[in-house]
Amino acid sequence: MQFSGKTHKFGNDVNTDYIISGKYKFKTLDMKELAKHVMEDLDPDFYGKVSTGDFIVAGTNFGCGSSREQAPLAIKYADVGAVLAKSFARIFYRNAINTGLPVVECDTDRIEPGDELTVDLEAGQITNKTKGTVIPIKPLPKVMIKILNDGGLAAHFQKYGGFNFS
Amino acid sequence: MGQTIIEKILSSHSGQEARANEIVVARVDYVMGQDGTAPLAIRAFNEMGGSRVFDPECVAFVIDHSAPSPNEGVSALHKMMREFVREKGFRLFDIGEGVCHQVVPESGVVGPGSLVIGADSHTCTYGALNAFSTGVGSTDLAGGLISGRMWFKVPETVKFVCNGTLAPGVYSKDLILHLIGEVTADGATYLAAEYAGEAIAALSQEARFTIANMAIEMGAKAGLMEADEKTMAWLRRYTDREFKPVSADPDASYARILEYDVAKLEPQVARPHRVDNVAPLSQVAGKPVQQALIGTCTNGRLEDLRIAAGILGGRKVHRDVRLIVAPASRRVFLDAMAEGIIQTLVQAGAAVVTPGCGPCVGTHNGVPSDGETVISTANRNFKGRMGNSNAEIYLASPASVAASALTGKITDPREYI
Ligand code: SF4
Repeated sequence: MQFSGKTHKFGNDVNTDYIISGKYKFKTLDMKELAKHVMEDLDPDFYGKVSTGDFIVAGTNFGCGSSREQAPLAIKYADVGAVLAKSFARIFYRNAINTGLPVVECDTDRIEPGDELTVDLEAGQITNKTKGTVIPIKPLPKVMIKILNDGGLAAHFQKYGGFNFS
Repeated sequence: MGQTIIEKILSSHSGQEARANEIVVARVDYVMGQDGTAPLAIRAFNEMGGSRVFDPECVAFVIDHSAPSPNEGVSALHKMMREFVREKGFRLFDIGEGVCHQVVPESGVVGPGSLVIGADSHTCTYGALNAFSTGVGSTDLAGGLISGRMWFKVPETVKFVCNGTLAPGVYSKDLILHLIGEVTADGATYLAAEYAGEAIAALSQEARFTIANMAIEMGAKAGLMEADEKTMAWLRRYTDREFKPVSADPDASYARILEYDVAKLEPQVARPHRVDNVAPLSQVAGKPVQQALIGTCTNGRLEDLRIAAGILGGRKVHRDVRLIVAPASRRVFLDAMAEGIIQTLVQAGAAVVTPGCGPCVGTHNGVPSDGETVISTANRNFKGRMGNSNAEIYLASPASVAASALTGKITDPREYI
């Protein structure tokens, strides 16, 4: 899988309440509607600014807080291509893979807002076209690659009727 | 080499010797979803081609986050949950029964050695009962509902050894806030936490839940404790099921062992807008507050309400403060009534709301206004958490919140006990 887009940068510890506030998430299962409020508490104009395939780039502990799957789904339905962070909170990381939102662990220090990137999951690297640099990606655990390749956990279950990692 | 608590529980549930960093598929003893996460799980369940849940005795949904429903959007989702539960024949805790993390342990289904997944991040709470319980998202929940199994990466463990005795007026909430401040919000990411030492042993079982509950605020997958006589006595009040305690081996291997002396610890607060932005309460004493909350899965148990009533009894909440009390469960509510605690709190001026999450997550029951300051016994103070991103939230113990409600400003509870 290869993706290209430009970056929107955030700091450390972006929690699930910032990704999608609790005041919206409980009201609806319409993820397109929720997507309009994604990252609203950190950047009220984010949804207006983001173009299809853009990347959210952050520091450590992205997605900490609640287990709400509305968080990765709201990002996905805002047409964000992938989230790049130095580290992720574990429930968010699982939820993203389960719902098919690519999450990439890498050193994000030298990525700046607006940089044009190409992320290549197979090659395990990011090319920063603006800066002319290459950044290695921390590989996903095998189980997660399997789930992503199957198209998410729901598709994995459809295929095998349960967990099948053999 | 020996095993940690979590390695032992994952071994007994996966049929293989589980060691840190391996991936195992484990049997789960109980699966829980709440009204913020279950609707999406129902959707995933159907997408996965699910027909029945793996064992209706081992599954529950809880309607606690927005209970009773504040609007028609939520009502539709609650209805969807009720219909699903009726069709599949498992247990629903409907509005008024309480917060998921109180009603699940109270129903006697989790104890030492259990493995529980819940679609709520604070599912780590039951670690105080020597169980491995952890939060998952809706799709994982659906997988658990169908298969009764879940895959886990066996985490390494960080052990917190708490020596010394907490001073009067200093509680388990102050201790866990202090530990989170020390290791920060991602200090235990991808790890399990074990809490041990004489300060933990000295705590009541109820006080221990507060510590396990907040393990997720340091990023941990679980917050485990060993079981002792207090744990077993607590369980006997709710169930006659037998559980076998699981201890770590003396030669178990830990990612880190951190030792603390808690004897000099003062009351603590987490300042806006981060749970790890912790300071001694004395540093912010005198800051005016307009709303105070006593409740939530962190500090809404009987002991917490009793501590608050001890401070508020015969006194009046400050006229510029709204004090909201949300008992963690119906049982807590009834027990507190039987002890006269509710009368004391209401006479002091508290507004008691339905057992459940109350205003914790900003859906209803007391959204603060712009520029207001809230002091709360909850576990999160993120910007916007209580429904308004222009309000500030301080987290503290029930005693500190009660004392602050009396004076209208952040107050050291030791002046009142
Ligand atoms: S009380 Fe608050 S933290 Fe606990 S389950 Fe409810 S919303 Fe979550």
